[in-house]
Amino acid sequence: MSIDARIAENQPESFAFTSENEAEIKRIVAKYPKGRQASAVMPLLDLAQRQHDNWIPMAAIELIAKKLDMAEIRVLEVATFYTMFNLKPVGKYFLQACTTTPCWLRGSDNMMRCIKDRFGISSGETSACGRFSLLEVECLGACVNAPILQVNDDFYEDLDYASTGALLDALEADTPLPVGSVTGRSGSEATGGATSLSALKPAE
Amino acid sequence: MLKDEDRIFTNLYGWGDAGLKGAKSRGDWSNTAKLLKLGHDEIVERIKASGLRGRGGAGFPTGLKWSFMPKEVGARPHYLVVNADESEPGTCKDRDIIRHEPHKLLEGCVVAGFAMRAHAAYIYIRGEFVNEARRLQSAIDEAYDAGLLGDNAAKSGWKFDIYLHRGAGAYICGEETALIESLEGKKGQPRLKPPFPAGAGLYGCPTTVNNVESIAVTPTILRRGPDWFSALGKEGNTGTKLFCISGHVNRPCNVEEEMGIPLRELIEKHAGGVRGGWDNLLAVIPGGSSTPLMPQSVCNTITMDFDALKEAGTGLGTAGVIVMDKSTDIVKAIARLSYFYKHESCGQCTPCREGTGWMWRMMDRLVRGDAEIHEIETLEQVTRQVEGHTICALGDAAAWPIQGLIKHFRPEIERRITAHRAASAVEAAE
Repeated sequence: MSIDARIAENQPESFAFTSENEAEIKRIVAKYPKGRQASAVMPLLDLAQRQHDNWIPMAAIELIAKKLDMAEIRVLEVATFYTMFNLKPVGKYFLQACTTTPCWLRGSDNMMRCIKDRFGISSGETSACGRFSLLEVECLGACVNAPILQVNDDFYEDLDYASTGALLDALEADTPLPVGSVTGRSGSEATGGATSLSALKPAE
Repeated sequence: MLKDEDRIFTNLYGWGDAGLKGAKSRGDWSNTAKLLKLGHDEIVERIKASGLRGRGGAGFPTGLKWSFMPKEVGARPHYLVVNADESEPGTCKDRDIIRHEPHKLLEGCVVAGFAMRAHAAYIYIRGEFVNEARRLQSAIDEAYDAGLLGDNAAKSGWKFDIYLHRGAGAYICGEETALIESLEGKKGQPRLKPPFPAGAGLYGCPTTVNNVESIAVTPTILRRGPDWFSALGKEGNTGTKLFCISGHVNRPCNVEEEMGIPLRELIEKHAGGVRGGWDNLLAVIPGGSSTPLMPQSVCNTITMDFDALKEAGTGLGTAGVIVMDKSTDIVKAIARLSYFYKHESCGQCTPCREGTGWMWRMMDRLVRGDAEIHEIETLEQVTRQVEGHTICALGDAAAWPIQGLIKHFRPEIERRITAHRAASAVEAAE
């Protein structure tokens, strides 16, 4: 049995960074003063996660500890403290739905319901096909474009039930929609035309 | 209403080029070396004179904060750390600066870093902002290539480096000492103060941690002069501010406005008004989730500045304005924030670790009315036991929204408890 419910039971025997990532590690460690290489622990965990299908195996934790001259437990402690590190597998499309108050006021329940209707999954679960995992997350920091669904690295904004469905259709077909607002807003300006800076807007 | 020519973030909506060429056309980097010629202390004095108060939530005077850094550089180098860990529910302004005006932030780092005699800045950006971090990194690379950063930053003779560091999902890292711990490669758990970061911060060296917006406005303030900035807004609450208006408005948006703008004007001019009209307004959280809500009676006349909101028992915080109309289940809206704080407590201090969970479970029962009337008082007392009894302000931030709810909506909580009791009695009789 796993020592912690957050950590996968089935672990690969070993982990090694690719040569491109080894070069990237050198660049990352150089950002911090000599002897302060522990500062690189979060970037290295992120790198390992990106290389390994969006989750970090224990072998990577051990390797990072060795590389940064840290105790393994210190690396694991960091890996479990921060919510973005996945210590067990997630689907190809990792759906992180914000349901904190500003998103909830704008209908994040409908977004969640759409995902549930489609895949029958709740927060923390993976679809039967194995390609979609859902996690309810805390404020994503894009509140004027609420509600927000983060798919892997990308924010999809201004969603409702129907547009969430269209987004899921596109993901199922592996043809993701353009990142950002699904209602066509370029950023955080008011729908239907900004109330400031209009004079500075370049002609279309 | 603020005129466009007095707006600092003219590419707030990303209509123009966020890259170096576009930034230069908006005036960024135009005379950085000349600004640095003012000298370390004169820059600090001018920022003090502008009246700029920290834009990250606490509203501490920025120039004064800089002046706490040692005047001589000893064996330990000085650091500027930029807090781009924007995670306070209701707040999404720094994201726009990072993705649409990254060079304002970078030039601000050079100016502020120079003022505090630092040769390096770390920008700590929240992990979820992956695309924003890419945009910022490409702006940093551009600035190095153009000689605006590096050994002779912007030909000023001052060496200055900027490093981007990504977080990984922890609200608590927005607290300055937790951020420093995280940057050092540890769990983000706040440090006891003193020592304050200006004495011993990152790697034990003198450090100042500033919010993105505070740093990004400084080059413009110096260029246009502190008098220009301090003439905007109100006394003690000067300048312009990015407001984020979310929730039940017709057109949610970010907008740069003058400090001290009436809340009603802000919502009606920029966010298309409250859904269903002003009379349909129930309450507003004025400055991000930790500031206590205001009922409509207060919203009618309140102005959006540090002092007026403090006097009204709440705060300007980050200026993340969360609007709730009369269809809102107000108890649930606040209970969801209680869940947020429970989730984000770092677990270090007992009153917060245990208290946030306890308060959320209690709030969850109040949503259904499954409680006794006297428990409202117990909850209020527990918030007072958490508030002020923890290392950092997360405990306070968890307590305040509940205190605001009880202060302004106690009859609604009591109504639910009474209704729940009546329904249970009917069930028992059947």
